[in-house]
Amino acid sequence: MSTPKTLFDKVWDAHVIRQVKDGPDVLFIDRHFIHEVTSPVAFLGLEGRGATVLYPDRTFATADHNTPTLNQHLPVADPMSANQLAALERNAKTYGISHWGLGHIKNGIVHVVGPENGITLPGMTIVCGDSHTSTHGAFGAIAFGIGTSEVEMVLATQCIMQPKPKKMRITVNGKPGKAVLPKDVILYIISQTSASGATGYFVEYAGEVFENMTMEGRMTVCNMTIEMGARGGMIAPDQTTLDYLKGRELSPKGEQWDKLVPYWESLKTDEGATFDLDLTFDAADIEPQITYGTNPGLGTGVTHQIPTADSVKDGSASYKKSLQYMGFQENESMIGKPVDFVFLGSCTNGRIEDFRAFASIVKGRQKADNITAWLVPGSHIVEKQIQEEGILDILTQAGFELRQPGCSACLAMNEDKVPAGKYAVSTSNRNFEGRQGPGARTLLASPLVAAAAAVTGVVTDPREFLN
Amino acid sequence: MAYDKFTILRSSAVPMPIENVDTDQIIPARFLKATERKGFGDNLFRDWRYNNDNSPKADFVLNDPTYSGKILVGGKNFGSGSSREHAAWAIYDYGFRCVVSSFFADIFQANSINVGILPVRVSPEFLEKIFAAIEADPKTELEVNLPAQTITLLATGESESFAINEYKKHNLTNGYDDIDYLLSMKEEIGAFAETRPF
Ligand code: SF4
Repeated sequence: MSTPKTLFDKVWDAHVIRQVKDGPDVLFIDRHFIHEVTSPVAFLGLEGRGATVLYPDRTFATADHNTPTLNQHLPVADPMSANQLAALERNAKTYGISHWGLGHIKNGIVHVVGPENGITLPGMTIVCGDSHTSTHGAFGAIAFGIGTSEVEMVLATQCIMQPKPKKMRITVNGKPGKAVLPKDVILYIISQTSASGATGYFVEYAGEVFENMTMEGRMTVCNMTIEMGARGGMIAPDQTTLDYLKGRELSPKGEQWDKLVPYWESLKTDEGATFDLDLTFDAADIEPQITYGTNPGLGTGVTHQIPTADSVKDGSASYKKSLQYMGFQENESMIGKPVDFVFLGSCTNGRIEDFRAFASIVKGRQKADNITAWLVPGSHIVEKQIQEEGILDILTQAGFELRQPGCSACLAMNEDKVPAGKYAVSTSNRNFEGRQGPGARTLLASPLVAAAAAVTGVVTDPREFLN
Repeated sequence: MAYDKFTILRSSAVPMPIENVDTDQIIPARFLKATERKGFGDNLFRDWRYNNDNSPKADFVLNDPTYSGKILVGGKNFGSGSSREHAAWAIYDYGFRCVVSSFFADIFQANSINVGILPVRVSPEFLEKIFAAIEADPKTELEVNLPAQTITLLATGESESFAINEYKKHNLTNGYDDIDYLLSMKEEIGAFAETRPF
């Protein structure tokens, strides 16, 4: 019998064209996503060396990082953004790359539109010049973020040179409690491993919790895997994966689909395969989470107190600096902390299930007066679902507005910036200093925790609103 | 960025018998703001090379016409400190193609090869011999043979071999960077792409 392999090994090994002696592996890339911010310099480099795009049909372009979320039909006001958007459009046209620009019905955040249109498939290698490319790992793909020089590399050669990372398995068994969403599961894991605990690893998630999770939930988990330092995360494809993919616009159809199913079903870790590190958690220990510091590892259960400096791994000097930035003290309770902004969106939590969860709490209630809320769908397709399912009516009646798709306040490159010193409960993925605007203070949480804050104006346990 | 192929280099050398030459000395941080790769050679060893009023410091080796050549011979732990790729650019743009030392900082070594400079690590004894030979005759020539992985003092024929990763050697002898390497595999990539099910 051949040696047992992990899911990661199976997909990686199937893409190695050449193993460079004492060097990296040459890995074939099935799908490449590009956006307006990290691609222009790569195209310049390509032109500089007289190269061309080798397989234009393996690259997909969407505009998302610095697009406005209001009045998208008007010309983009910021000249830098407008330039980048124009460059993306021009480059896509020159090289024959599909381009879903601003206003296109399929436009949206790159990691939302890829899966929802069936571009992302199990067993693929997928890269993009954005670190949260790990999202696509939810389908049993190897997906990771790359730098601009590597974007040029993939455009020119459809390959990338990478040393093989170490392997980690994270198993979570049991049943998550009330109001515990996939976002809480991953925030909990990161709080346990720390923001650097998986550096150098590629993570596979296993166990009941992930088996029972929807594809959207799995995407949330894989998306944030990189926040513990990992290269990416992945989950073995199963019936849930196939049901999600079947019939999507660009998913394989008919005979091609039938041929792929047995291959996809083989994509799981063999009995006896080994990992460099195996971690196990119990779902019963996870409650709705919230972060209180300036990296995603500094989070805790929403009803807990802020830990003392001596109980954290990060080193007390940086921990104290972090709390100071946030305006928090050790031992304080998170419940009741004032909130100014609520952001529902991003490639972490900007999908339909996230809007359904948010609506389940705000339904029949009113937005708190002190709250400015930015509800930003991940794509036009999500926006349409929000309308069709009646969620838009619920949101409007509760005093909320819906904005247009884009990355928005996740990285605050457009106008959606949280002012200095203000607190935002955000469903995005990073709470670094200044991430949501200079001086902005971010509390990462699930759509339910965000909704509870939006209607009460303070940090609130969402379980109070659910029976 | 393209650079010239490296196979056999025969040249006199510039001696810099100083240990721990760090990248801040090679190219000071204030020269990193450029957005293009231009003019770094002029600022190589800027603060060792020039006074505050931009007049050359006569006693610095790069300002001494006695010494010239495409090989820079440095003391132990050459290229330590910050990981800036600009340090290697500056050395290359100035005109050096090879740096010899008894020990290199890791990242500097990797950066050098990527931009087309061959770092040659020799034994401390051989390094001393090179310094002594240059002192005796500043025009003495060294031969660095990449295919054979040897460095030779031509006057005496004394020689030592050096190590280099096969992949990096291939790149340097062909004048390739990583993208060029992949471009040279186009047929193999094309054949592989045919086998992909999606
Ligand atoms: S939503 Fe945020 S993390 Fe996601 S692609 Fe946009 S900027 Fe990156």
